[in-house]
Amino acid sequence: MKKYSGFSLFKNALSYHENWQKLWRSPKPKDYYDVVVVGGGGHGLATAYYLAKVHGITNVAVIEKGYLGGGNTARNTTIIRSNYLWDEAAQLYELSLKLWEGLSQELNYNVMFSQRGVLNLGHNLQDMRDIERRVNANRLNGIDGEVVTPERIKEIAPLINISKDCRYPILGASWQPRGGTARHDAVAWGYARGADALGVDLIQETEVTGIRRKNGSVVGVETTQGFIGTRKVACVTAGNSGVVAAMAGLRLPVESRPLQALVSEPVKPCLDTVVMSNAVHGYISQSDKGDLVIGAGVDGYNGYGQRGSFHVIEHTLQAICELFPAFSRVRMNRQWGGVVDTCPDACPIISKTSVDGLYFNCGWGTGGFKATPGSGYVFADTVANDHPHPLAAAFNVDRFNTGALIDEHGAAGVAH
Amino acid sequence: MLLIHCPHCREDREEEEFSYSGEAHIVRPLEPEALSDQEWGDYLFFRKNPKGIHHEMWYHAVGCRRYFYATRNTLSYEILETYKVGEQPQVSAQGAAQ
Repeated sequence: MKKYSGFSLFKNALSYHENWQKLWRSPKPKDYYDVVVVGGGGHGLATAYYLAKVHGITNVAVIEKGYLGGGNTARNTTIIRSNYLWDEAAQLYELSLKLWEGLSQELNYNVMFSQRGVLNLGHNLQDMRDIERRVNANRLNGIDGEVVTPERIKEIAPLINISKDCRYPILGASWQPRGGTARHDAVAWGYARGADALGVDLIQETEVTGIRRKNGSVVGVETTQGFIGTRKVACVTAGNSGVVAAMAGLRLPVESRPLQALVSEPVKPCLDTVVMSNAVHGYISQSDKGDLVIGAGVDGYNGYGQRGSFHVIEHTLQAICELFPAFSRVRMNRQWGGVVDTCPDACPIISKTSVDGLYFNCGWGTGGFKATPGSGYVFADTVANDHPHPLAAAFNVDRFNTGALIDEHGAAGVAH
Repeated sequence: MLLIHCPHCREDREEEEFSYSGEAHIVRPLEPEALSDQEWGDYLFFRKNPKGIHHEMWYHAVGCRRYFYATRNTLSYEILETYKVGEQPQVSAQGAAQ
């Protein structure tokens, strides 16, 4: 793999940028891999990358039914933060945030990670009590955060409406300066390029149709390109996790729902931070291209169609106009939906299963993008050692039988 | 926007009138205290979550305020039937009932 640098940019400019190397190979699948990762989104590619990079397991295939990073990785609002309430979740998301901070250098690929800060607004007294509790919990866990006043919010995001006589006045917010956004596609491409360079086979447009087992252990996967032998199958299939689990005769505590987002026409720079509100239910940031990136809620019912109900985005835009009256004339450009696997406690499942050699990393629900590096890191460790990484242990699927749930609905930014 | 036929009101109404209660035909255990942790967790949390035909429970929240069942395709969102609690579906993943 050729390294990107200022010099390579100059050199390729001389040949009109027509001779850049391909980011990754397109290999034919081998007969056997040490690990097969099902799902070529951000989390799956990160898993493959860390398997090769940290654990030296390079005979790995990532099998993707569509194209790399074409699912929820390409369908989210790219918000990154780690201000979760409970220790288990906070540590996992903070590991991720720390990995984000060095990711562009590590991958030699610009993931455009921008630490522009994240505001979580409070609109009533209970919101403010919850925010204070969460910020204090964060600080005890070594995570940056502070409670800020409406006046400070107005300094950070001047277009916001802090008037006291609107229906949902802003009473304050939590502020995590280290949070921000990243370029979603670049994350998938950067991990894919890094994994490929370490010898991982990225196999696109190939669907896993079955998981072959023998005496309760995995022996391989059936795919649309034929059978591929392996002892370890790591499933990172987000909204389709229930479908993949059913191939091995398992059920998961997840329900798949469409989650919508939308972007406006590009406008001049007007919002250089991320603003989220649970009470009025909306979140917004501005991309480098200038479009306002707005996140809506999940649909109220299960669905695998990558679209959502209209009234959900209508409700979200009402919230955005309440917060930013100036945006009421901005026209929306595109809208899309991703199928997210929601867990009852709004926390992921990173776990071994009752089938030997079958691992699941799913249940990230509405907020998985921010966790991409950390998720891949701890899942790769779990798969490589056949034992949960210390930070993944609490996210075992067994918690739904033991009752040790990690209730993160309150800190999930917006309640979905 | 779904149009959902409420079998109690016998009218097609917009989805905003309804709320969703998840997978249908999950019977509450008669003796919860007799269940193992495994069985209780399975009852509470684990779901089929199919891509395709799904039997599910809906609540006509701002209408008759009664529960009913629907058979819906979770990929195309087509609602194949709605029926009252206590009744059995006419359509299933295996095809139409006899």
